[in-house]
Amino acid sequence: MPGILDFGLAALMLGMAGWTIVARKNLAAVMGFVVYGLLLALVWLRLGAPDVALTEAAIGGGLSGVLLLSAAERLRDTAPTAHRIGGAGRLAAAALSAAIAAGIATAFVSLPEPAPTLAPAAQANGGATGLGNPVTSVLMAFRAMDTMLEKVVLLLALVGVWSLARDQCWGGRPGPRHRADPRGPLAFLARVLVPIGIVVGLYVFWTGADEPGGAFQGGTLLAAMWLLTMMAGLADAPPTRRRRLRLALVAGPAVFLLVGLGGLLLGDAFLAYPVAFAKPLILAIEIAMTLTIAVTLGLVMAGVPERDEAE
Amino acid sequence: MIAFLGDLLTVVAVSAGLVFFLAGTVGLLRFPDTLTRLHALTKADTLGLGLIVLGLLPRAASARAGLKMVCIWLLILLAGASVSQLIAREARREGPKA
Repeated sequence: MPGILDFGLAALMLGMAGWTIVARKNLAAVMGFVVYGLLLALVWLRLGAPDVALTEAAIGGGLSGVLLLSAAERLRDTAPTAHRIGGAGRLAAAALSAAIAAGIATAFVSLPEPAPTLAPAAQANGGATGLGNPVTSVLMAFRAMDTMLEKVVLLLALVGVWSLARDQCWGGRPGPRHRADPRGPLAFLARVLVPIGIVVGLYVFWTGADEPGGAFQGGTLLAAMWLLTMMAGLADAPPTRRRRLRLALVAGPAVFLLVGLGGLLLGDAFLAYPVAFAKPLILAIEIAMTLTIAVTLGLVMAGVPERDEAE
Repeated sequence: MIAFLGDLLTVVAVSAGLVFFLAGTVGLLRFPDTLTRLHALTKADTLGLGLIVLGLLPRAASARAGLKMVCIWLLILLAGASVSQLIAREARREGPKA
C-alpha cells in the first residue's frame, strides 16, 4: 500500500519536473534535473528495484548532471537569444512530449492484470549462471546481447565527443587543464574521498554478483572519482591518442565479443556460456566492462580534446 | 531498562536532529545572502544528520548496520563541509550579491 511517503515523493517529483521545464536559466534547469534524478532513484528504491535505483542515481543524477552542467557553463557566455525556439516550436515540442506521456500512460493502464512478466523464469534459472542476483543474471546471461551493445553505444558516444575536436587537437588531452588551490577544499576532498570512492566502486562491482550493484554502477563511481582527481588538478587527463587508454576503452566489448564467439564455436549459440564456466566467464567480462565503463565515462565527462601538447 | 534507555535516546536525539533540519531549512529560505544560507544549511546536514544517526543507532539491526550509518554520516560530513566551502569561495569571488 502506498503511504504518505510515496504520495509525498510523487508530488515532489511532479513539482520538480514542472520546475525543471519552466526554469528560465539553464543552470537552474540542470539543478532541477539532477534533483529530479535523485528523487527518481528514491522512487525506484520504494518500488523494490535497488539495481535500477543505483543506476539512476549514478547515471541520471550524477553523470548526466555533470554533462549538462558543463554544457550550461559553456552556453553561459553565448547570447541567450541566439537560438531561441519560437512559440510554435515550443508548442510543437510540448504537444509531442504530452503525446508520448499519454501514450506511455495508456500502455501502462491497459496492461493485463497481472502484468506479463519474465521475473519468475529469471528467478528459476538463476542457478544456471552461478549468480545470486537475478538482475545480474539477466544482464550478463539471459540478455547479454543487449548489455554488450550498450557498451558499444557508450563507445560511440565517446567517439561523438571526440569528433568535436579541432583537427590539430585530435589525440590531445581532453578539456582544459584544471587548476585548483593544492591546499584548498577541492584538493582536500579529492585526496580523502577518492581512495574511499575507489573501494566503494570496486565493492559495488564485486557485490553485483549476489546483491544489487554491478559493473555499470561500480564503473560510474570509479569514473566519478577519476573526474574528481582531474578537477582538483591532482592528475591531468591523459592524451586520447595513448595506446593503453584506447585498449582500455575497447577491453569490455572485446572480451564480451570473444566470449560470445567462443560460445558460437564451442557451445550452442553466440554468447552461450558453458554452465560449468558460466560464473568465471561472466566475471571476466564484468572486470573488463568495469574498466571500460570507468574509462569511457571519465573521458566523456572530461570532454573534447582541446590541448595538443608534447607528451 | 536498557531497551527503555535506547528508546529514550532515539526519541531525544532524532527530535533534536529534526529541530536542526527545521532550523536549517528555515534559514535556507529566509536568510538574505549565500553565505548565511550556507551557514544555515550546513548545520542541518552535519549536526542534524549526526543526531539522527545517533538516535537510530540503538535500533540498528546489527553492529555492522550501525557502523554503516556512522560511515554514511562521516562521508556526508566530508562532502557537505567541502562542497559548502567551494560554494562559499565561488560566492565570495562573484561578489556579495550572488
